[in-house]
Amino acid sequence: MSRIHVAAASAALALLLASCSRPSSLPSELKSEGQRKPAPNFSLKDADGNAVNLTDYRGKVVLVNFWATWCGPCEAEIPWFIEFEKKYKDKGFAVLGVSMDDDGWKSVRPYVASHKINYRVMIGSEVVSQQFGEIESLPTSFVLDREGRIASNHIGLVDKVDYQNEIVKLLEDPKTVAVPGTGAGVFAGLTGAGVRTGQRP
Amino acid sequence: MLPLDLRPGYHVNSNTPSDEYLIPLRLTWNPGPLEASGFAFPQPRMEKYSFSEKPLSVFTGDFQIVTHFKVPANAAAGPATLTGKLRYQACNNSMCLAPKTLDVTQQVEIVK
Repeated sequence: MSRIHVAAASAALALLLASCSRPSSLPSELKSEGQRKPAPNFSLKDADGNAVNLTDYRGKVVLVNFWATWCGPCEAEIPWFIEFEKKYKDKGFAVLGVSMDDDGWKSVRPYVASHKINYRVMIGSEVVSQQFGEIESLPTSFVLDREGRIASNHIGLVDKVDYQNEIVKLLEDPKTVAVPGTGAGVFAGLTGAGVRTGQRP
Repeated sequence: MLPLDLRPGYHVNSNTPSDEYLIPLRLTWNPGPLEASGFAFPQPRMEKYSFSEKPLSVFTGDFQIVTHFKVPANAAAGPATLTGKLRYQACNNSMCLAPKTLDVTQQVEIVK
């Protein structure tokens, strides 16, 4: 009868590499105006096949959330984002969920339905990941001001209240921003109870 | 036997994760001189994490996966190299890393 002998004990495979050791983000404060850099644009398809261009959201406060269906901490944030979308949509806010699932809509479509996600979700790509500084850990989120600049970013799960405080501060920022494609048009921030949303998504 | 070593604070989903969306730990061997006939994973731990309402079926720390191989009758005696792939997806208490697939190699001696 044939037998096998393991010729040499193999060294233990270290499953986590040094490149994967980015620290989780601490509760952050919004970057000052001077520190904010423009978010890279992307054009990705949503579940209906419609193109979602980040620049179309200029004039809104946007939370760009990189996530995946296999990511437990991402799942924990989803109810918060659903709430934010409901609560602040009419004030000029939007959540954009960029899924990093390898199998795309096959996993994401049923997940979006089962979790009753009410914000736009797209399938991300390696290119978009690189544009945002090589997304290695999920969730990773960027909060953009009305001028499309990155006002804060979070790697890993942070407190809901941190997001909420940032969103509210940015929504209440009285600064005005130019609306692309409208010449000299000016987009007003929150003024009293009302917000001008212009021709926004 | 494939020994594995996880960085402290991290876990990988077990081979039988507790949620359909979670990616299981999976070891596969490429066709070669031996045929894998079964795997023995350690008993998973049911761990509760701050991001999850329910405990998750995970592996942490050092552990081993044992593969049972059949030796075909026509297998040549002598040294042989087995190659395969290990797919895993790791998280810590606040974030997850993308799924990875590692090449694994095992040197064996087939004795007649």
